Amino acid sequence: MTGAWRLLPLLRAALQRHRLRLLFTIASITVAFLLFGLLGAVRTALTAGVEIAGRDRLIATQKVSIIQPLPRAYLGRVRQISGVRTVSSLTWFGGIYQDPTKQLVVFAVDANYFDLYTKELLVDPLERSRWLADRTGALVGAGIAARYGWHVGDTVPLQSNIYRRRDGAPSWPVHILGLYHSDSVDTNQIFLHYEYFNESVSFGKDAIGWILIQVADPAMGPRIAAEVDATFANSNAETKTSSEKAVAQSFANQIGDIGKILDFVVTAVFFAMLLVTANTMAQSVRERTAEIAVLKTLGFTDASVLVLVLAESLLITGVGAALGLFLATATTSGLGAALRSFLPHFEIPARAYGIAVLYALGLGLAAGVLPARQAMRLEIVRALRAT
Amino acid sequence: MNGPLVEVVALCKEYRRGEEVVPVLAGLDLTIEAGDYVALMGPSGSGKSTLLNLLGGLDRPTSGAIRIGGEDIGALDSDALAAWRGRTIGFVFQLYNLLPVLTAEQNVELPLLLTDLDARERRRRARAALDLVGLGDRARHRPRELSGGQEQRVGIARAIVNDPMLLLCDEPTGDLDRKAGDQVLALFDALNREAGKTIVMVTHDPRAAARAKRILHLEKGVLLREEVQ
Ligand SMILES: Nc1ncnc2c1ncn2[C@@H]1O[C@H](COP(=O)(O)OP(=O)(O)O)[C@@H](O)[C@H]1O
Ligand SMILES: [Mg+2]
Repeated sequence: MTGAWRLLPLLRAALQRHRLRLLFTIASITVAFLLFGLLGAVRTALTAGVEIAGRDRLIATQKVSIIQPLPRAYLGRVRQISGVRTVSSLTWFGGIYQDPTKQLVVFAVDANYFDLYTKELLVDPLERSRWLADRTGALVGAGIAARYGWHVGDTVPLQSNIYRRRDGAPSWPVHILGLYHSDSVDTNQIFLHYEYFNESVSFGKDAIGWILIQVADPAMGPRIAAEVDATFANSNAETKTSSEKAVAQSFANQIGDIGKILDFVVTAVFFAMLLVTANTMAQSVRERTAEIAVLKTLGFTDASVLVLVLAESLLITGVGAALGLFLATATTSGLGAALRSFLPHFEIPARAYGIAVLYALGLGLAAGVLPARQAMRLEIVRALRAT
Repeated sequence: MNGPLVEVVALCKEYRRGEEVVPVLAGLDLTIEAGDYVALMGPSGSGKSTLLNLLGGLDRPTSGAIRIGGEDIGALDSDALAAWRGRTIGFVFQLYNLLPVLTAEQNVELPLLLTDLDARERRRRARAALDLVGLGDRARHRPRELSGGQEQRVGIARAIVNDPMLLLCDEPTGDLDRKAGDQVLALFDALNREAGKTIVMVTHDPRAAARAKRILHLEKGVLLREEVQ
């Protein structure tokens, strides 16, 4: 077998033969890999919740529906269950600021809420203690603060599309006392004191949305969850308690169905690309029948002709894949910065690059194998006679 | 070297078309000495190209033996035969068969890609071969920028760049006008007389054949007669 480098001038020649067709073929493959990269980033963003969900946290919701409230009094009873370290609550406020068509993510939380998320929600200790000291205070995400130009010390009027104030005032003035940062969760949320919320609402008093439970040992999670649910069984607000991870997972499973559709789209696109590339290669070899016969006449072996055609095919898919991934990376890092506060993990997972390399190889080989075999088996005399 | 350059003994070639067997060469014997210049004539379909292809190891005989430079080429496997062709034979085709996207020089360089020569030396030799055929100034031209006669001279440069033992030419002037044909034939004369190249040339043209040292007449797969000039 002749050294493969000897084929380089021939490879160059093969690629020059039909530049426009080559360009179109590479462009199609580029688009396919761009799509592949972007969908990979979307999937990562949507399923990131599972990765960050704490193993030591449980969430108790109303059994019938997660939007039904629970009595606040439950918190004290949960606290008494053995193995429970911290209990907190989270209540959906339905926040609106200026534009009623834009739903903000605003929660009323217990004062100890941030103790449960020390790794995820990063707050300056001083700001946090100011928040603890001020009933009307709010800790807001850096993302939303930047979006609305809020600064620490500002007071902003928040309305709710669910609750009204008992005193008839149209909004809740909220005192921004600190920002939270995060590299794992959405930084567009706003956290108010439950106390402030509870004392001012016209209805729904002493009701909370979800109970958050931090357990002393993740191994106790299932036992404690069962015990919580048993405690409130046969009451008119039964609970359903699961690990945060399980909740995130069930959310991700719903997305998983979208993931399957994405997989299907990607598969279909790659299959189409296989046909496009295979067609290009078949045409390329067919046009070069005489040329290949001449190469063999000059002493090139059957194997080197096979390698030449496969190399051409692999080069096309390789260049297409590299361009597509480059564009996908550029897009996700550009878009990722813009989307950082909503979708903190809009990025192409490292694994996807590995998979893309395998796809490019597979595509190149699959598209090239038949034409390459045809070129390898081509009989000189027959091919020259045909021209 | 001892003995003749080409020795063909009882050469048979038949093609199969489905069930039907088409005999093309039927027990042909032939010897060609080194330095000879042989014209192969005969009616269309008489097996001239078939014989030439067998001599060049492009195809395999049905039976019989071909020894070239003492090498029994029937004994070589496909890769060895390819390598042998690259070293030993120079082919000139009727339709030139140049690679259209390559320049004249790159076309001539092709056979050298199979040698151990570095790029610089390959280029130098390709240039020398182009100079020899009088196309040193067309090195950067692509085939479609050349006339038929020039293309064929590039084809000849490609055939001789490896300094092969044997030049095999299948109707090399068949597609050329008289003037271009004469230039090509003059080149063969020079290659034979001055460089001592052994040439076997298939031709229909008696004027072309007249330049050879021997003329072989092939008909229905057998050598009818031979003229020595
Ligand atoms: N691959 C092939 N299959 C079947 N018949 C062939 C094949 N190649 C050549 N022949 C037949 O062999 C005969 C001789 O062909 P060829 O050597 O090309 O003749 P020439 O070059 O003298 O015109 C012709 O009848 C041709 O049809
Ligand atoms: Mg012929």
